[in-house]
Amino acid sequence: MIEFKNVSVSFKQDKQIFEAVNDANFKIEKGEIFGIAGSSGAGKSTLLRTINLLQSVSSGEILVDGENVTNYQRTQLRILRRNIGMIFQHFNLARNLTVYQNIAFVLKAAGKSKVETEIRVNELLDLVNLSDKSNSYPANLSGGEKQRVAIARALANDAKILLCDEPTSALDLETTSSILSLLKDLNKKFGITIVIITHELDVIKSICTRCAVMNKGSVVEIGDVYAVFTKPREEFTRQLLSHTNHFNLPEEIIRKMQGPIIRLTFKGDNANNPILSYAANTFQIGFNILLGKIEYINGLPLGILYVELIGEADTIKLAIEYLAANTADLEVINHGL
Amino acid sequence: MDFDLKAALLLTFGQTMQMVISSLLAAIIIGGSIGLLLFLTSNTLFLKNRIINQIVGVIINITRSIPFLILLVLMIPVSKAIVHTSIGPNAVVIPLAVAAIAFFGRLSEASFSDVDNGVLEAAIASGASKLSIVLKILLPESLPSLIKNITVTAVSLIGFSAMAGTVGGGGIGDLAIRYGYQRYEPEVMLICVIVLVLLVQIFQIIGDSSAKQLDKSSK
Repeated sequence: MIEFKNVSVSFKQDKQIFEAVNDANFKIEKGEIFGIAGSSGAGKSTLLRTINLLQSVSSGEILVDGENVTNYQRTQLRILRRNIGMIFQHFNLARNLTVYQNIAFVLKAAGKSKVETEIRVNELLDLVNLSDKSNSYPANLSGGEKQRVAIARALANDAKILLCDEPTSALDLETTSSILSLLKDLNKKFGITIVIITHELDVIKSICTRCAVMNKGSVVEIGDVYAVFTKPREEFTRQLLSHTNHFNLPEEIIRKMQGPIIRLTFKGDNANNPILSYAANTFQIGFNILLGKIEYINGLPLGILYVELIGEADTIKLAIEYLAANTADLEVINHGL
Repeated sequence: MDFDLKAALLLTFGQTMQMVISSLLAAIIIGGSIGLLLFLTSNTLFLKNRIINQIVGVIINITRSIPFLILLVLMIPVSKAIVHTSIGPNAVVIPLAVAAIAFFGRLSEASFSDVDNGVLEAAIASGASKLSIVLKILLPESLPSLIKNITVTAVSLIGFSAMAGTVGGGGIGDLAIRYGYQRYEPEVMLICVIVLVLLVQIFQIIGDSSAKQLDKSSK
């Protein structure tokens, strides 16, 4: 468990004090995959780095497994860091060391013998599916392979926590999903707590259970990923989501349509029910599906559907009332003629 | 010719090598340590300390801004104190070493600074001690660049050692000046220059190929 208690980080910049993190207060539970979203410069990376004290805090406390680690130094700090692995956007592998040497370094630095190191490195390479690349140099690996090596290195000393600083931002879509599924597997298999910071909301949607949203150094919203993504409480979160949720009906279609156009949002269980055809039968209206999608956020479905309703004004009104009551959200986009 | 050119060449070549190699070794060990100190005291991941960094930096800068010919003269009392003579290759090794230490100090600092800070940060994050990071990450990562800079230092030292001939340092440069220039024997001058050119080429080729061998950062 990681707990932030009134954590603030400020830097002095040209005689001005810049608050990178402002009074962060929240907990990350053991074994969860926790995401921190926000645009660049929001302080996500600074906040992440306070967990393993790569960044010292200006005020407040960091608790790891209930213990205040804020003032750890030397040996105590090194032992803490062995238990907290970290991976980076640009992988940060030593270029003149082989894959094997890169991983072996952190084991030897933790005092493991040559034999122990060899056994563990091979075990880790097996875990990330890179046994055949043991003697390769990072320059000869693909981005995804480099990140796998970095993950193996981060977990070498049996880390219980894995910090991920934009782990997929330098990778293509396909590689991103393979790295994310590896992280998810590691979380399931070993119960590792994973903290991911990213500006890619899709990453958070696909693997995180809970997330925090940061803006200008402050944590503005925190909650279950599904709740944050489907019903954001804060205006900033809504704006952030609207930049990535490109799912709007083209203007041309809105202008062309005669009847009222509604936007239905289905969540969780009701995403699978045939509510629309039931409404059409009951109220004797026709409908014209314009656009629709279902996506899964943290394993739960979220459906969005744009429909043009066709029929008499009063029955349409009743149908809209019925649909509003039986879906998560209903928005009338265009009232029609 | 009234002197044995072959014997003179062998003798002075030996003197040049003696001057270059011993001052180069001093530059690598002492200059390299100073470069490492400059790097470590400038980097927040290690031992950031502005005061030490600036004091050492200023000393290096002052040494580097003194023209070598003047340094040669300035160091005469120091040479006398250390090697009990102010002439000959042993004596000029002292000013050569001082110049080379300052020169390589700056160059090695640059080599260390060129190492990707993210790689060092990752090592810090893994809980490794700073000493093991310096020895097992920083050094291998900067080695190709360090070797290139050692080569640059060696080549400059060949030039400086030739200059040292003028204050009685001996070496091929001395031979070129005394026989080639002062006694006007152009063939001696030519041979000396050819030997120096070959020496520089050999150093450069060895340096370049070993740097390339050690650099794994491109395919």
